[in-house]
Amino acid sequence: MSDEKIHISPYKSHIMVLLGLIVLTVITVLITSVEMGPYNTTAAMIIASIKGAIVLLYFMHLRFDQKIYGIMVAIVVAIFAAVIVVTFFDYLYR
Amino acid sequence: METITTHQHADLHRDDTAAKLGMWLFIFTEILLFGGLFIVYSVYRFKNPVAFELAHEELSITMGFINTIILLVSSATVAISITAMQKNDRKITLAMLGITLLLALVFLINKYFEWGGKFEHGMYPGSELMKNLSNGDMLFFSLYFFMTGLHGVHILIGMILLGITLVKVKTGAVNSGKYALLENSGLYWHLVDLIWIFLFPLFYLIH
Repeated sequence: MSDEKIHISPYKSHIMVLLGLIVLTVITVLITSVEMGPYNTTAAMIIASIKGAIVLLYFMHLRFDQKIYGIMVAIVVAIFAAVIVVTFFDYLYR
Repeated sequence: METITTHQHADLHRDDTAAKLGMWLFIFTEILLFGGLFIVYSVYRFKNPVAFELAHEELSITMGFINTIILLVSSATVAISITAMQKNDRKITLAMLGITLLLALVFLINKYFEWGGKFEHGMYPGSELMKNLSNGDMLFFSLYFFMTGLHGVHILIGMILLGITLVKVKTGAVNSGKYALLENSGLYWHLVDLIWIFLFPLFYLIH
């Protein structure tokens, strides 16, 4: 790995990522006023997850870094998701 | 990843990859800390859906929206400062770190007014008003104060980290051949942003 070149994200890509995140924020605010019943929360969480993924991949550089960091993040996210699922099975069916 | 250049040989035992790995491990503990709180929030919201929906109307979406944009921009400026460092452009690195610190301060000032408004109405943890709220309302506001408060503490810690980094960039201790501190402080700052991305819809945008 020692000869691997360091990836430098150009300024422009940071600006594009920022614009994308702002657009998603505006969408998530606007979507709140649309009546979708329980799907409003689902939509808000999906958009938040997309924004989170963008921050992790681009700002936190996971997409261009060594794979080990990304694998570790994926494991932590999977553990967290599993805990959520288990908790809600408990509360939904007790 | 490690590019060995002559001046790096002067620093024995330097391992940027390990430093970053350590930072990520720390970030995981932070994710699980807030993750646990998010689960507490979800369960209570699931049990008190109406109270949570009504209580959230006390919060200003505009204020939350502005703070979200502030944090997103500050995350971008940190990312730009790292790119600038890699391109050996110290001036831009310093400027971007300065802007980030300024934005962080504006975020906290907004929080001050937001919380201050609540306090003026007698709404703060442990107040008579809060003790007399219904169970669901009390849970919402307790979680609101606790989670945004804990996030605010993280903003402060992030500002200290970035401040130290800024000084070290100025003195040259952090430079284009050795900028692990900048990268790791940056990672911390992005984490603070990441947490807010989830706090914002959960507290301000309940429908």
